[in-house]
Amino acid sequence: MQRHFDEELATLKEKILRMGAMVEEQIANAIKALVERDPELAQRVIENDHRVNAMDVQIDEDCLRLIALHQPMAGDLRFLTTAMKISTELERMSDLAENISERSIELNEEPQLKPYIDIPRMAQEALRMVKESLDAFVNRNSELARSVCKADDVIDDLNHQIFRELLSFMIEDPQTTTRAIRISFISKYLERIADHATNIAELVVYLVEGKIIRHMDV
Amino acid sequence: MSKPVYVIEKLNAWFGERHVLKDITLMIDLHQVTAIIGPSGCGKSTFIRCLNRLHEVVPGARVAGAILLDDADIYGPTVDPVTIRRRVGMVFQKPNPFPTMSVYDNVAAGLRLNGVRRRGILDERVERALKQAALWDEVKDVLHKSGASLSGGQQQRLCIARALAVEPEVLLLDEPCSALDPIATARIEELLLDLKKSYTIVIVTHNMQQAARVSDSTGFFLLGELIEFGETREIFTNPKDRKTEDYITGRFG
Repeated sequence: MQRHFDEELATLKEKILRMGAMVEEQIANAIKALVERDPELAQRVIENDHRVNAMDVQIDEDCLRLIALHQPMAGDLRFLTTAMKISTELERMSDLAENISERSIELNEEPQLKPYIDIPRMAQEALRMVKESLDAFVNRNSELARSVCKADDVIDDLNHQIFRELLSFMIEDPQTTTRAIRISFISKYLERIADHATNIAELVVYLVEGKIIRHMDV
Repeated sequence: MSKPVYVIEKLNAWFGERHVLKDITLMIDLHQVTAIIGPSGCGKSTFIRCLNRLHEVVPGARVAGAILLDDADIYGPTVDPVTIRRRVGMVFQKPNPFPTMSVYDNVAAGLRLNGVRRRGILDERVERALKQAALWDEVKDVLHKSGASLSGGQQQRLCIARALAVEPEVLLLDEPCSALDPIATARIEELLLDLKKSYTIVIVTHNMQQAARVSDSTGFFLLGELIEFGETREIFTNPKDRKTEDYITGRFG
């Protein structure tokens, strides 16, 4: 039987995907603005955050309405609770893209410390995780979701590597400290973005398999 | 898990030629609420009517397989069905108090049938049953008015009190709330959660939210077969069988 409810769920899924696309763009632009030293683009990322926030509120309201009016069960219930949580994760990612932009505007006030190589690579990896976690959500693919969870280790390693490199800059020349700390923050923000992508992937495993794998070794 | 009160093995039931229950095997635990869900005609009412030997009163009805109540087969050759029905009380869809009897006599009817005559004992047992059914405060001043003068929700609680008065071990409820408004329904549900401390309860319901709210275990029946049986929280969040999922999410049909 075709349910009217299915159309509502499809619309909700579409909204999450639209929000996901907005967040991916926010992260990509934040890194582009950093690498190309483009404060105007960074400013745009900061200003666009409220659009992501509005989507988060709208998705929450949709989920609450559907729960209240349809009393969903089983797979439908898992879908709605997962959708609410995914929207929170995406909203936090956009906040972090905003934070990256704030640091990059500050960094633009001084000459560039070093060419950016590892940060864009880390951003690329984090973006891939975000994209794949959302693909896994759309296609209910828990295998892909589990592979996203594993990719998180690569990001953690890059974060540590960047930190060690910046530390050597600061020890050699304390004049670089302010810039090095700001770059280190950006590296940390990217690492947090990857954590949120991992959270989404864990939610997808719950959606598909009904198993909660959070706070457990996958 | 607690110990099973009922062990049901390969239960089959027929109405004449029609095979309405097919190889049902499950256990019903002590002091738990077990919900039976499924679309109309799936055999769920027949199933609970087998549990107190009520199925066989319909002409042409037949049962095969074993139902052990406290380890003894209730279909054994020497078993008197009346004894089973005393141990296993039943409440039906439509409240059915005896219309010509007062509230008091409705509750006392089963006791009198069982030979209880002393006024003091009757008074005490009627009061206790009405209190257990959460009806005492509402009827204590109208005990000798007709049972039919009560509201629908009160009448259904009166039927529960009547079933409880003879102190059964198991209480079977066949759609007990389908004729009641939401407030009366909520009262019955609260009551079931209290009663399960002292009784084993089996409830047939069309209301999935009701099954989810009141029961510990749930069985899903379809076309006379038990498709899935398990912990209620598992059935309603992560059912194993596609057919269960389709039914409880309303995709069925």
